[in-house]
Amino acid sequence: MRSLLIYLKDYKKETILAPLFKMLEASFELFVPLVMAAVIDVGIAGRDKPYIVKMCLVLIALGIIGLVCSITAQYFSAKAAAGFGTGVRHALFKHIQSFTFTEMDTVGSSTLITRMTSDINQAQSGVNLVLRLFLRSPFIVFGAMAMAFTVDVKAAMIFVVVIPLLSVIVFGIMLITMPLYRKVQSNLDSVLLTTRENLAGARVIRAFNKEPDERKRFERENQALTDAQKFVGRISGLMNPLTYIIVNGGIIALIYAGALRVQAGDLTQGEVVALINYMSQILVELVKLANLIITVTKAVACGNRIENVLKITPEMENGKKQCDPVRISSGKGSCPAVEFSHVSLTYKDAAAESLTDLTFRVERGQTVGIIGGTGAGKSSLVNLIPRFYDATAGQVKVFGEEIKEYDVESLRSRIGVVLQKAVLFKGTIEENLRWGNENATKEELEEALKISQAKEFVDTKPGGMGFRIEQGGRNLSGGQKQRLTIARALVRRPDILILDDSASALDFATDAALRGAIRGMGDELTVFIVSQRAASIQYADLILVLEDGKIAGTGTHAELLDTCPAYQEIYYSQFPKEVASNG
Amino acid sequence: MAEKKLDKKPDKKKSQSDTLRKVFRCLGKYRIFVVFSILLAAVSVALTLYIPKLTGYAVDHIVGPGQVDLPGALKVMLQIGVCTLVTALAQWLMNVCNNKMTYQVVQDIRNEAFRKIEILPLRYIDGHPYGEVVSRVIADVDQFADGLLMGFTQLFTGIATIIGTFGFMLSVNVKITFVVVLITPVSFFVANFIAKRTFTMFRQQSEIRGEQTGLIDEMIGSQKVVQTFGMGEKVTEEFDRVNEKLGKAYLRATFFSSITNPATRFVNSLVYTGVGITGAFAVVNGSLTVGQLSSFLSYANQYTKPFNEISGVVTEFQNAVACAQRIFDLIEEEPQKPEAPDAVELKDVRGNVKVQDVSFSYVPGQRLIRDFNLEVKPGQRIAIVGPTGCGKTTLINLLMRFYDVDAGSIKVEGIDIRDLTRRSLRAGYGMVLQDTWLKTGTIRDNITMGRPDATEEEVIAAAKASHIHSFIRRLPKGYDTWITEDGGGLSQGQKQLLCIARVMLCRPPMLILDEATSSIDTRTELKIQAAFAELMEGRTTFIVAHRLSTIREADVILVMKDGQIIEQGDHESLLAKGGFYKHLYESQWSQAAG
Repeated sequence: MRSLLIYLKDYKKETILAPLFKMLEASFELFVPLVMAAVIDVGIAGRDKPYIVKMCLVLIALGIIGLVCSITAQYFSAKAAAGFGTGVRHALFKHIQSFTFTEMDTVGSSTLITRMTSDINQAQSGVNLVLRLFLRSPFIVFGAMAMAFTVDVKAAMIFVVVIPLLSVIVFGIMLITMPLYRKVQSNLDSVLLTTRENLAGARVIRAFNKEPDERKRFERENQALTDAQKFVGRISGLMNPLTYIIVNGGIIALIYAGALRVQAGDLTQGEVVALINYMSQILVELVKLANLIITVTKAVACGNRIENVLKITPEMENGKKQCDPVRISSGKGSCPAVEFSHVSLTYKDAAAESLTDLTFRVERGQTVGIIGGTGAGKSSLVNLIPRFYDATAGQVKVFGEEIKEYDVESLRSRIGVVLQKAVLFKGTIEENLRWGNENATKEELEEALKISQAKEFVDTKPGGMGFRIEQGGRNLSGGQKQRLTIARALVRRPDILILDDSASALDFATDAALRGAIRGMGDELTVFIVSQRAASIQYADLILVLEDGKIAGTGTHAELLDTCPAYQEIYYSQFPKEVASNG
Repeated sequence: MAEKKLDKKPDKKKSQSDTLRKVFRCLGKYRIFVVFSILLAAVSVALTLYIPKLTGYAVDHIVGPGQVDLPGALKVMLQIGVCTLVTALAQWLMNVCNNKMTYQVVQDIRNEAFRKIEILPLRYIDGHPYGEVVSRVIADVDQFADGLLMGFTQLFTGIATIIGTFGFMLSVNVKITFVVVLITPVSFFVANFIAKRTFTMFRQQSEIRGEQTGLIDEMIGSQKVVQTFGMGEKVTEEFDRVNEKLGKAYLRATFFSSITNPATRFVNSLVYTGVGITGAFAVVNGSLTVGQLSSFLSYANQYTKPFNEISGVVTEFQNAVACAQRIFDLIEEEPQKPEAPDAVELKDVRGNVKVQDVSFSYVPGQRLIRDFNLEVKPGQRIAIVGPTGCGKTTLINLLMRFYDVDAGSIKVEGIDIRDLTRRSLRAGYGMVLQDTWLKTGTIRDNITMGRPDATEEEVIAAAKASHIHSFIRRLPKGYDTWITEDGGGLSQGQKQLLCIARVMLCRPPMLILDEATSSIDTRTELKIQAAFAELMEGRTTFIVAHRLSTIREADVILVMKDGQIIEQGDHESLLAKGGFYKHLYESQWSQAAG
């Protein structure tokens, strides 16, 4: 939490003034019992009505000053908290944008979203509360004690005993209950999980007739939750009665001491009333403080979680060179588009290598097919080309230069990537396509739609390219989404196009038309197609067969069908021999 | 859905009081605690209020030097002590009571909601986002609990305090009481005034917050895509625009709403001053003692406090009632059709399935399946093919009775499935769905889902047949490896293999395979094909698949398009027919040919 406080630095003035004004308000409040004591001892004892009126005007004046002070304090603290929240949110969002695939894999986007939203909100209200109230309560408690000392030193000693006792109770109960509240939370989590599972898995649960078991499980978990809640409730319910006993004990002690000291003439009746009032003020503040502390501890916990994300630093170092294939390439064949030499990849925290010792060379304008079973490392391979991950061993070269030398942005601007999962953003189709290239002309967008076989359905949508896509692309079918993500990558007019199993939702005919259209985009375009379908890659200039992260074969379809057993197995599993020979 | 919205609309007030009635009905079981709680609240409030009066007496015993009545003061002090202890005890017991009944009621409601979820028709579950239902069971119930607890603890004591203070003040001095009663409501009005003004500000803030959350959800959720296109900076700019707006809205809403406290405190200080001045005059005139004034001052403080609290409780409580309504809506949702009391157990399944004149639709008026007939003999293999989204899964929904047919009947072994117990019907089928679902638990738990009593050997045999055994064995804890929500660390293909193992283990008389191997690579698929073939031997099997090659061997092929069964027959006859099936078939093979 502490390092987050630098986001208050632009609001130094507010951060200091808010508690200051709050203390001013509190100190004026502390004068009230004194004024009342004067009313009793001077005004009433002397039957001095004008004095009483005067003192009451003083009380009202104190009230007004208090009001002004506290409104000022509220303003400053709200302003500081607003600035804090905005600042942290901006910093965190920007920081997350700098994460590479490795960080996103390890942290996970759902965690990041919670940090960005509810955690920051909690921390923000924590800051606001601390500035506004947290300093007020201790100030009143100790202020009341100090004022008691000005009234009478001996009687004030009672405060010196009472306050530590109260602190022990308040903090003791807090310390005991905090882990218990965490337990309640985790019990609630399992109730939530079971509920979710029974919705998501309704078919399977019913198919296996598991409803009675699930009901029993839920009831057991729910019982555990209730027990935990009741237990912690019983303990935290002790706070108010116990503090009440101690404060009233203090009052009894004050009366006793007061009686002796008034008898001796060291104290007046009004002063005794004032002392009792101070004790009561402490009680009121304690109740407030107890409510506050839970919020503040929550805020600190949230702040720590935000801090942890901010502490993660991306490991990838950026290069300096600009990637400009036109300049680099002089004459075809002189420098290959992509070249891997002895490349291996181990994901962070993974036990085994995902890619092992890959070596191959792809010329400009070639189409490369990558095929292999689930988990063979197909996606890992293509993810190395735009430098989504760094190879743990070996070299990856693009246009003759090791990719670590390039500025990542400029490297990626030359590569069109279509990821496995088709993701579109809320907004019009056109806005989505412009992610590929902000300055693309209408004609270029149309062209991309045509090639990706998306034009036909985009034209039928109301508004055509102006059709609004809902969040997550909910109002489009899987195949439509895939075609639009392909179009988006094409708008960028890339030199290298990577299609990572991105036509899986297309039927065979559309898939074939798409591949044909991409081929027609020119000789300079290098294309990588990752697929499980043999048909999709069969006409590639070069096919890489992957098995357990290793290359099991390279060559053309015909070559592989002759020589590579892995390829044969894949191919014949999809095209049984007798039919294949017919076709 | 549309109809439901309609019947929700009329008379919001009535439905609110309706909800309240239901809340009270839930409380009924615990009415003894409610009574206790109210009694204890009354006791603790009365004593809490009595103590300032006692303090006042005590102060009157110590007027000045030589005028101190120590034994008298001591007696009063003893009374204060006893009262304090009793109050504290009453407070604690009241807390315990409130806790108990709140959490007990909440537990009951959650159990009831869950029981409802288990018998809700699939139609409801398919038609509502899971998040929405979950948030009713979790968040809404929690909010309701908070409101209920707060209502019990603060409303009872608040009202008791107001009444009690009023009574005590009257007993001390009538005139000053009126001063207090007249000024106090002002703070109430002030608070209300501010709350009304700031309401729109808060709504605005939460709207902007919603906008921002949407943006965060989208951009962080798809950060990899943002990164791929190097759009980080542009996205951050857009984020900042919303963020600035949120900052401003936050400042406004927070500041203006936070005026409430100082404002009411100021009104309270006016009350205090009013009591001070009238009280002091009364003391001068001899109609009041100093001690009485002292207790009056503390009453004045206590009298005003509950007013502020109650206004808070009222909003909280309204919120709680709204939440309760959402839960009750779920609990009162129409359950699936209950089984007839004379429902028959399905026994000795041989695999005769007869579909007769079946019509079905998800949306009334939009008929999907019409006059569908099919007769399946034991051991036959029925393949269902067609383009994506053509309603292949619908048929499975009907066979398993996840949905009921609108017209016609489905018979298993000659008995209408609506006359069978759901349990026995479903036990007759083994099902592997495309959408692999695993429950949180160990891998063994998941495999033995259909047969919890299976031996270790049987489990391993099933896993071996599904070609997942060697993978499981390599896991650090083998079959005891814990898998989390929705399969966690397993790949889609591995999850599907586990689902297959699940069915391999329980070997039911009939099988439903919905794209059962869609996520498994073709080589592994080929390997488990043998096991599948053995499993399907002699078992009536319904197969949904993309891959026509898997379907060629089926006895009957149902060709579906747009929810209709448009062709029916075996591979050869369908090809000969030259219809849609032929078209589908050729579009695959034309690929192979080029």
